[in-house]
Amino acid sequence: MSVQDAGFDHGLTFPSNALSEVPFRVYTDPEQYRLEQERIFKGPTWNYLCLEAEIAEPGDWVATTIGEVAVIVARGPDGAVNAFVNRCAHRGNLLCLTEKGHGKEITCIYHGWSYDLAGKLTGVAFERGVKRQGGMPPEFRKDEHHLQRLRVAELSGLIFGSFDNNAPDLETYLGPVVAGGIRRVLNRPARIIGRSTQVLPNNWKLYFENTKDTYHASILHTFLTTFRINRLSQAGGINIDESGGNHFSFAKLDYAAEDAEYKAAQLRSDTDMKLQDNSVIESVDEYGDSISVQILTVFPNMVLQQIRNTIAVRVCRPRGVDRSELDWIHLGFAGDDEAMTERRLRQGNLVGPSGYIALEDGCVGGFVQRALQYNDADSGVVMMGGHDAESHSFRASEAAIRGFWKKYRALTGA
Amino acid sequence: MTAEKGASAVDDLALRLALGDLNAAYADCIDDDRLEEWPDFFLEDCRYLITSRESYAAGLRHGVIYCASRGMLLDRVMAMRRANIFEPHRYRHIVGPTRIDRVEGGVAEARTNFLAVRIMHNGDSQLFATGRYLDRVDVAQTQHRFIERLVVLDSQKIDTLLVIPL
Repeated sequence: MSVQDAGFDHGLTFPSNALSEVPFRVYTDPEQYRLEQERIFKGPTWNYLCLEAEIAEPGDWVATTIGEVAVIVARGPDGAVNAFVNRCAHRGNLLCLTEKGHGKEITCIYHGWSYDLAGKLTGVAFERGVKRQGGMPPEFRKDEHHLQRLRVAELSGLIFGSFDNNAPDLETYLGPVVAGGIRRVLNRPARIIGRSTQVLPNNWKLYFENTKDTYHASILHTFLTTFRINRLSQAGGINIDESGGNHFSFAKLDYAAEDAEYKAAQLRSDTDMKLQDNSVIESVDEYGDSISVQILTVFPNMVLQQIRNTIAVRVCRPRGVDRSELDWIHLGFAGDDEAMTERRLRQGNLVGPSGYIALEDGCVGGFVQRALQYNDADSGVVMMGGHDAESHSFRASEAAIRGFWKKYRALTGA
Repeated sequence: MTAEKGASAVDDLALRLALGDLNAAYADCIDDDRLEEWPDFFLEDCRYLITSRESYAAGLRHGVIYCASRGMLLDRVMAMRRANIFEPHRYRHIVGPTRIDRVEGGVAEARTNFLAVRIMHNGDSQLFATGRYLDRVDVAQTQHRFIERLVVLDSQKIDTLLVIPL
């Protein structure tokens, strides 16, 4: 029974139609969290599943989640990528117990029901009974018990899945500009060079909003201002798709610019600090377009980042109203030479759970969650840069955050 | 595996004691918040990497922290003290006995299991990290120093953030 059938056809009430007011209860209300699982993660969205490279061979599969829903992504014998629920049609058991595997079929440990790599039920133990006793009744048809399949789409080696036949195709969902941003960064076959996971004591949206928030970057991440890695005064911009949900922000590399805006605002910074070993930020313009930072988000919870020569996919998985798990998948490319690989490894210190410019994002969500504890009656104010969710060339802006709420409200009926 | 055949048992014991002391001193340096002394445990040309068992077994080279020189270790401490923002917390390491795999050419290869509790400023304590140190130690000098310390965590999951080195 969907939340719609239950007569509950929309989530929390937002105080107004303005995108710039977000009620704090979106981060704390358990019913809202349930609604999100149904309307967003199982709704007309495309959710990151895995890299093509992770299921390179027929027979390979990975078990993952969309929202909190357990799903399996498998490469069939014909080379097709299939995705289906990780739930046995018999009594609901979890079919794949580990993160990845390989085989000709998937067999449930409980009663031996087996499925092919497209989720089709192919075998039922003792279907005909034993010595003409027991067995399934005559009307039982295996054809009626195949696993629910998801739609699958691939772009630049990233595999996405959707529960909803009403979702537009992936390219339409992303819009041409954001799809172009993905193609730009993943312009050749990627390979995994590392993985890490942060367990965050906060609602998943608090992290995802942070990745759309160019306003905070040079303030919360003081490492940046100190070593002049990314400042709002650099050339760049924000591109937001029509739905508001997808975006990328970018900045070009320009160290010559002066920092008058920050001095005026008297922001915290330590200008007499010097790196002992600069190799953590030494980078090359590998795309040849001077863009040193591109943070791209795909609604509902995926990020593709290029920060100098560190490339990573991040997925912020909801694990309860006040808990999430942020998976980092660090990437390199097949053609990387040793020097480029070493660069990516050293610059890897900038991102991840210990990231010089990322670790604060790990804790700030938890601070918000604590401040909202039994004190969530009001709304946050998201008006930096205006009230709209339009693309523009400045980054002192919360437009991409407003874009997230535009799409969120469209899907949850708020 | 013990030290090369023919070496006297006393030498082996002395080395094990010395490496045990090294590990205890290393843990205390971090736990006592004397992070400025942490880079001194390493040679100038060194490696320090924090990874997970699965990633290490798969041959993935990325580290959650990756330092390829003593300078990068100093930068980690400086960034922690002066730039990064996080809630104050401390660790308590419990370090197992050191097992020596091999000693050759003045370099000892050793492994030491550990766990680290994280204690927040408000007293909340949590088992934060467990794993093993895989070390290459320069034992030719009187002051033993790490050529390489790989911190191989048992789990890829890190709670909130990791800013104090392990």
